Amino acid sequence: MNPPRSLEKHFNYEVSKRPMKHSPLLQAKNLRYSFNEAGIPTHVLKDVSMELLPGEITSIVGPSGCGKSTLLYLLGLLDRPDSGDIFLHEKDVLKCDDQTRTVLRNHKLGFVFQFHFLIKELSVLDNVALPMRKAGHSATTSHKKARNVLDKFGLLDKASRFPHKLSGGEQQRVAIARAIINSPSLILADEPTGNLDSENSKIVYSVLSKLATEENISVLLVTHNIELAQSCNRVIRMRDGRIIE
Amino acid sequence: MAMSLIGIIFGISFFVITQAQTSGFEAFFIRTILGTNGAIKISDRFQDMDGTVSKVSEDGKSQFFFRSREEARYTEGIVFPGEIRNALASYQGITGISEVLEGTAELSGVSRSFPVIFHGIRHHDHSQVSELDNQLIGGVMDNFTTDPMSILVGSRIAERLMLKKGDRVVMKGGTGTIQLKIAGLFETGVSQIDKNRIYIHLSTARQFKGERFAGSFFQVGLSNPEKAPELAAQIQYHLGHRSVSWQEREKVWLDVFKALRISSAITVSSILLLSGLGIFNVFAIMVIEKTRDIAILRSMGFSRFDASAVFLWQGVIILFIGLLSGCIFGFIGTYFISEIPLRIRGIFSTDSFVVNWDISHYLWAITIASVFVIIASWIPARRAGKIEPAKIIRETL
Repeated sequence: MNPPRSLEKHFNYEVSKRPMKHSPLLQAKNLRYSFNEAGIPTHVLKDVSMELLPGEITSIVGPSGCGKSTLLYLLGLLDRPDSGDIFLHEKDVLKCDDQTRTVLRNHKLGFVFQFHFLIKELSVLDNVALPMRKAGHSATTSHKKARNVLDKFGLLDKASRFPHKLSGGEQQRVAIARAIINSPSLILADEPTGNLDSENSKIVYSVLSKLATEENISVLLVTHNIELAQSCNRVIRMRDGRIIE
Repeated sequence: MAMSLIGIIFGISFFVITQAQTSGFEAFFIRTILGTNGAIKISDRFQDMDGTVSKVSEDGKSQFFFRSREEARYTEGIVFPGEIRNALASYQGITGISEVLEGTAELSGVSRSFPVIFHGIRHHDHSQVSELDNQLIGGVMDNFTTDPMSILVGSRIAERLMLKKGDRVVMKGGTGTIQLKIAGLFETGVSQIDKNRIYIHLSTARQFKGERFAGSFFQVGLSNPEKAPELAAQIQYHLGHRSVSWQEREKVWLDVFKALRISSAITVSSILLLSGLGIFNVFAIMVIEKTRDIAILRSMGFSRFDASAVFLWQGVIILFIGLLSGCIFGFIGTYFISEIPLRIRGIFSTDSFVVNWDISHYLWAITIASVFVIIASWIPARRAGKIEPAKIIRETL
């Protein structure tokens, strides 16, 4: 696949150049995030700093409300912190405008959520091809790549089905296929196994793990599943909006 | 959504049909009155002309308009018709000038008499400023033009006196009695004219009235009748004679038609407004229902504009289908309406619905429908574009 021109235009770097194995893919420095609830400010993140290496699978664990998901959305450029810096490929993404962040989400990031969040009106194939269509590729190219990815996940025979005809595990694997269709550098997964039984959880984790090792894609995983978290290369523990370990 | 689309189709087609009807009747009425009484009528001489006309120069261009004629005093008729005719000939845009001597008389047939208003005309001149030749429903115009003692009789007068072409009638009044031969019958469609007007030769009228040179008024035809008010004001200013344009003369009826046209446009536009509200409601609900999907699309790299565009495109598609279908139904409906038999006599004469095929009706319908649908789509689309993905996904989980 050719490097996306729109990203070069907006972000001013060569997309084809992947970061070196040991230089951080993503760095977060002193992130703070708060919101007002009934006029009272609630501090969700307090000076959070972290970094992710390419091809590394990292989990974030912690009690509910400790700021795990908020951190994930900030790193995924879905929201902006009150203060702090986020560097993706050594570029300060918080200084980018909304359009550039949108393009970055399309080309460099992939999201997997607890629920599959597939578009119910589209077939599995169209769901997977959607980010690629947005990136400007033709329907033929997008469908071809989507079939390849689905084949890799053992879902090619389900390509023409609609999401509600799939099992929970299959739906989540389709969601992962959709997340990686544009060959992102980083997959952000918010409790991807939270809605699955243990067998499907293992399958989903193995898919993510394989992506990290074989395709050098970083995976940041928010989970309550300690066993799953322990399987990752690195575990980040959070409490009360801070990283404690 | 289907109901809203149907509403737009009906709204546009009804708009086109009602405008075609009202403007059709108006245009037909204007054609009738221009074809009967001309674009400008120049009559009595002012005793005091000051204060009746204003002349305004702006950017080197003269504009004339009437102030008030309420208190003006006149001397009846045109004193020097020859000079006035020569002066009128120098104005640009005048296509014909017909001198008319008007008077009252009693017309007697075989068994009955009836009061009439005679118009003494020169046929050649009058045919330049009216549709008299086309209004002839019986007889031959040549018989009138060649025989100075011939007469053209209004259709309603002929009905009352049971007259037909070739009959002889007696006209009493003025200096005495003259015998005339009916060369033809005419029907203008304006019942007030058809039931009391006759045409005779100007020379005969002068002889009958005992006025050798005088005229009652001039009927003037214009190449562009829309310019009649300003030209009438100029003529009045320059010639000192009362000049009345057809717009001023028929103001009451023109205002009635205008009011009808506007009220029908407002009524039909309300259908389009309701359809627009329907679309707005559907889209607003869709935005709420699709909030999660929009948030997911945003997380995949779809922009705010992409989210808005989904709804804007749907609006455009609905609008396009509505406009196309509405215009086609409007066109077909207008045609069928024009075929409906409807006998009208009074202010004009017609035996079917009169419609006006005017592109502006379609353009207005398209404009009004477009404004409503675009607003109805744009507001929900804007809301869709403002969805914050992180907030929605967090709330969904």
